[in-house]
Amino acid sequence: MASETETSAGIEDGVRRRDFINIAAVSFAGVGSVAVVLPLVNQMNPSADVLALSSTEIDISAIQPGQSIKTSWRKQPVFVRNLVPAEIAEANKVPLSELRDPETLAERTKVGKENWLITLGVCTHLGCVPLGAAEGEPRGDFGGYFCPCHGSHYDTAARIRKGPAPKNLVVPPYDFTSDTVVTIG
Amino acid sequence: MSFPWANQYQPQHPLMKWLDEKLPMPRLVYNAIGGGYPVPRNLNYFWNFGVLAGAALAIQIITGIVLAMHYAANAGVAFDSVEHIMRDVNAGWFIRYAHMNGASMFFIVVYLHIFRGLYYGSYKAPREMVWLLGVVIFLLMMATAFMGYVLPWGQMSFWGAQVITGFFSAIPVVGEPVRVWLLGGFAPDNAALNRFFSLHYLLPFVIAGVIILHIWALHIPGSSNPTGIEVKDEQDTVPFHPYYTAKDGFGLGIFLLVFVALTFFVPNMLGHADNYIPANPLSTPAHIVPEWYFWPFYAILRAFTFNFLWIDAKLWGVIAMFAAIALLFFLPWLDSSPVKSSNYRPLYRKFFWLLVLDVFILGWCGMSPAEQPYVIMSQLASIYYFAHFLIILPIVSRIERPEPMPNSITEAVLAKHADAASAATA
Repeated sequence: MASETETSAGIEDGVRRRDFINIAAVSFAGVGSVAVVLPLVNQMNPSADVLALSSTEIDISAIQPGQSIKTSWRKQPVFVRNLVPAEIAEANKVPLSELRDPETLAERTKVGKENWLITLGVCTHLGCVPLGAAEGEPRGDFGGYFCPCHGSHYDTAARIRKGPAPKNLVVPPYDFTSDTVVTIG
Repeated sequence: MSFPWANQYQPQHPLMKWLDEKLPMPRLVYNAIGGGYPVPRNLNYFWNFGVLAGAALAIQIITGIVLAMHYAANAGVAFDSVEHIMRDVNAGWFIRYAHMNGASMFFIVVYLHIFRGLYYGSYKAPREMVWLLGVVIFLLMMATAFMGYVLPWGQMSFWGAQVITGFFSAIPVVGEPVRVWLLGGFAPDNAALNRFFSLHYLLPFVIAGVIILHIWALHIPGSSNPTGIEVKDEQDTVPFHPYYTAKDGFGLGIFLLVFVALTFFVPNMLGHADNYIPANPLSTPAHIVPEWYFWPFYAILRAFTFNFLWIDAKLWGVIAMFAAIALLFFLPWLDSSPVKSSNYRPLYRKFFWLLVLDVFILGWCGMSPAEQPYVIMSQLASIYYFAHFLIILPIVSRIERPEPMPNSITEAVLAKHADAASAATA
């Protein structure tokens, strides 16, 4: 009986009850599959313990003018440099039009703390650690940092001046918690 | 490999025609699980469990690969890395609970698959090879499940590894050296944990390989059916797709409902709380039992409490436990009745259900502590288990008078419909 009505209905509009069941079942299975794939993809994102490392405190009281230290934030190297007045002057006299990624030193530091240059030690070309943070390392043609992998030169404000890197060394989000402590992240 | 009336694969799209000439993968799929595989028209829902077991294996492999991305197989950090998965990894709790309960679901559907085979005589000619490969898969599953259970390195993991590898020390003369060799030490430690992880990752792919052989061997005579009568002509069969893809799809939906209910609402119901205590080589938990799917065999292991002949109780227990599974390899030749389905075997049918009851009793004994009355119960149930296969089955298959059988699958189906129709009109 049911099949007879089904067939006659099918002749009229070309749609069978079975088509509805078919589409409903396959759609439901599709939604279910997506719901399962989401956690399977999301599990590859940084886990809670990795994200918990996203804030780091640094004591900068021991860094003398002209010195810099290497520390780490999110397992990436961070350069903290105490600029001398000559380096600040050199950075400020460069016209922005000459820069590949135009930014002033003031934009890359905090107000009143222009001598503290804090950047990631990750070359914006392909991620090597540039030289120049440690004592005696080559600092490139512009007196900042020099990446030995593919020859990118950064100036005293860690801005890209020569070589294949497209951007200045990244300034991470940070704040001075006090005059001697910086919180990165 | 198939019946002469099987649908032929006919690619329509030029790309599919091109592919069919170069690498006929779609043809293979079509002939294996598509319209090209004719299947008896009368399969009931017990024929779902093969597909469900395949789905369970796929779930285990996918969740397992993901877990291996976060797990550390080192005795110092393994336990912590599992807690890291549970607390820190995005959706890690879900993936681990799915893997834990997926193992139980895999065994549930495989046990139903095995008992389906026992009831309907699926192990008989011409499908002996299908059965033999199935027993191989079952053994591989047990090894894989055991080694996976060791990986979290909790108390049950550690003492499970200690007890199971202890089986080998029962072998005369070489037993203890073999155990030390298997563990790479004198007790389970880092070496054992690492090799168990390596093998736990490998064996599921071996299982997948044997499943391919299992299906290959099945597709030569074609699927069995509830009447046990072989397919005679085209009207006895329907194409696998869409008829059984739909039926299996429905079964898969029910399977997943049970699976997610376990995973989301009672994820630890089938586990042991002791395994959330880090492994302690100096202290055994008071009540140590394996996972539920090993209970019947664990009961047989513990049933031997006395030395017998010139062999001691320890070795007897191990021999009996392995024999309980090895016995299944001989089943096609122990049952000489030409009638496959228990629907037409009035005497065997009763003993089949007694065997089911016996396995449940063994399971209950295996779960319970090693004290009376469970010891005597497991001894009697073990004796009955072996008697069923070695004494009852050969005798029953000789003296039994089968009930009258229909001439064909189609006749059986039409008779059933006629019964239903007359019942409806009456």
